[in-house]
Amino acid sequence: MTRFLLRRLAQAFGVLWAASAAVFLIFFAGPGPGQVARTFAGRLGTAARVAQVKHDFHLDQPLYLQYTHWAWNVLHGDLGYDYYKGEPVISVIAQAAPATISLVLGAAVLWICYGIFSGVVSAVKPRSLLDRGFTSAALFFYSMPAFVLGLSLIWLFAYKLSPVTTFFPFHGYVPLTVDPFGWFEHLILPWLTLALVTSATYTRLTRASMLDVIGEDYIRTARAKGMPERRVIMVHALRPSLTPVITQAGLDIGTALGGVIIIETVFGIPGLGWTVVQAINQQDLPVIVGIVVLAAAFVVLVNVLVDIGYALLDPRVRLH
Amino acid sequence: MTGPERAAETARAAAGKKIEARSPWRLAYERLRSDRSAKIAAGTILVIVLLAICAPVFAAITGHGPDQQFIGIGENASGGPVPPSGTFWFGTDSNGRDLFVRVLYGARVSLVVGVLATAISVALGTVFGLAAGYLGGFVDSLIARVIDVLLSIPLLLIAISVAYIWGPSIWLVIVIVGVLSFTYLARIVRGQVVALKEKEYIQAARALGAGPWRIMFTELLPNVMAQVIVYASLLIPLAILTEAALSFLGVGVPEPASDWGQMIDDASGYYQYGYWWYLFFPSAALLITTLAFNILGDSVRDAFDRRSAELFAREPS
Repeated sequence: MTRFLLRRLAQAFGVLWAASAAVFLIFFAGPGPGQVARTFAGRLGTAARVAQVKHDFHLDQPLYLQYTHWAWNVLHGDLGYDYYKGEPVISVIAQAAPATISLVLGAAVLWICYGIFSGVVSAVKPRSLLDRGFTSAALFFYSMPAFVLGLSLIWLFAYKLSPVTTFFPFHGYVPLTVDPFGWFEHLILPWLTLALVTSATYTRLTRASMLDVIGEDYIRTARAKGMPERRVIMVHALRPSLTPVITQAGLDIGTALGGVIIIETVFGIPGLGWTVVQAINQQDLPVIVGIVVLAAAFVVLVNVLVDIGYALLDPRVRLH
Repeated sequence: MTGPERAAETARAAAGKKIEARSPWRLAYERLRSDRSAKIAAGTILVIVLLAICAPVFAAITGHGPDQQFIGIGENASGGPVPPSGTFWFGTDSNGRDLFVRVLYGARVSLVVGVLATAISVALGTVFGLAAGYLGGFVDSLIARVIDVLLSIPLLLIAISVAYIWGPSIWLVIVIVGVLSFTYLARIVRGQVVALKEKEYIQAARALGAGPWRIMFTELLPNVMAQVIVYASLLIPLAILTEAALSFLGVGVPEPASDWGQMIDDASGYYQYGYWWYLFFPSAALLITTLAFNILGDSVRDAFDRRSAELFAREPS
């Protein structure tokens, strides 16, 4: 296990290093040092200011030295300074993170519960009316663009039905620490949107792996020795069929920062996705780079955790 | 062959008809032809393609160009969009342009991006997968690491960053979506090739003096083609969705080209004031297109792989 752990961590650091180099090449080497200096200096930057920035950020040095300086700063938690807002990038990210974490974790609970439930129901009675319903719903939401679903839900609950009763708010975000009820109310529609578009994969995955497991010999044995069907399904069949579902959940939560960009834009939630879109509209380079680096680090971390969890569950994995 | 197919074959033999040998391709094609949802989905896609090709014809019939603004008749008293009518079949957009004509032109963008981006990722995924699987060793680990790095940054996040650096354009969207989504196909092809390369016919080819290029592209490629086609048919709707998302965020296909994602983005500032048609028609067009491609993709997968038909799908086995 120790050898597996060490090898996996070394590999993760390698990927992280390569990802950071790729990010650096895209954002710094791609546009060239002159353009980067102008972006940092702001729209009203004078020629002298641009030259100053170029020197301060080591942009007048060879590419590998520029990268070394940048990577050194990132490793020390210094992601740069957001000139647009006038504060360090790290504190911009810290302010935006709670909203994104609330959105993703809440939605993940919903999509995992619904996905597993609908998958199990479908697998237990394949080709029944319920199975057809869940499978068609999965196909429908899998094809549904998140922004179309989000806007439709807003249209339905905030405008169409609003003369009847006032439903939940549909725009903005209230921190949990300020007002727990407001937090919950503001997140209902975003949670629902993110959960519905993501759950489709889980319905299919659970259904497929459950059908696979139900065909195994030990399920027949359990039935043959007279175990109640409910117990056969819930205890013997469900547990082994959840491993691929857990892997998928890890990957989806890892890359959730991509998916929340759309949801946060539609619902006006000031999280990381919304912040990155704002930063792009304002040409705010340090914030974009900061969030991209953070996202990559997070994905790599989650992947390592998923692999370790897998190795703990299944000793065969450690050999590969 | 599955149970019912074997039964049909036995019945045919009993009736004294000849039993012919059929290739896996032929079998898959016959299964697709007898799949009702596949036929409906394929028909829908055909209609969408025809409408996209005929967009200029409809522009001529209505007399409305895609970028033409109708100041006055295309606007209500306060300058907003007008509802669907005999003149404007889908109503107009916030700039007084004909929404029907623009939705048709939007289909062109979606289809072109979907098909070309898929072509790029299929080419990259097949070549990298063949190389990684057959050559193994250093090439294999290098490609595996490149894929790890690409997968470490969420796709939409790289896409909007790259679009930010180089400025949005349709070609950039095609290249971004194409390059970023080859990873899964490369892994699938690699897995297949690793299993296939120990087979006797590959050893025979090697013994006859065939080089790695020949073995990869004339011996192995035809045998992984089914997987490639299945994956490609599922990748098209994904590419269309990603393109629409990018345009919705304002970093995809720029104005004045008509694009569904971009129309929905603009409509999101209007639909709540009663201009429902502005949101409805582009959204419906996008949803119908992705749904049709996904249904067809599922059917193609089931036609090639009966196991997946049993696990995922609707057909009795």
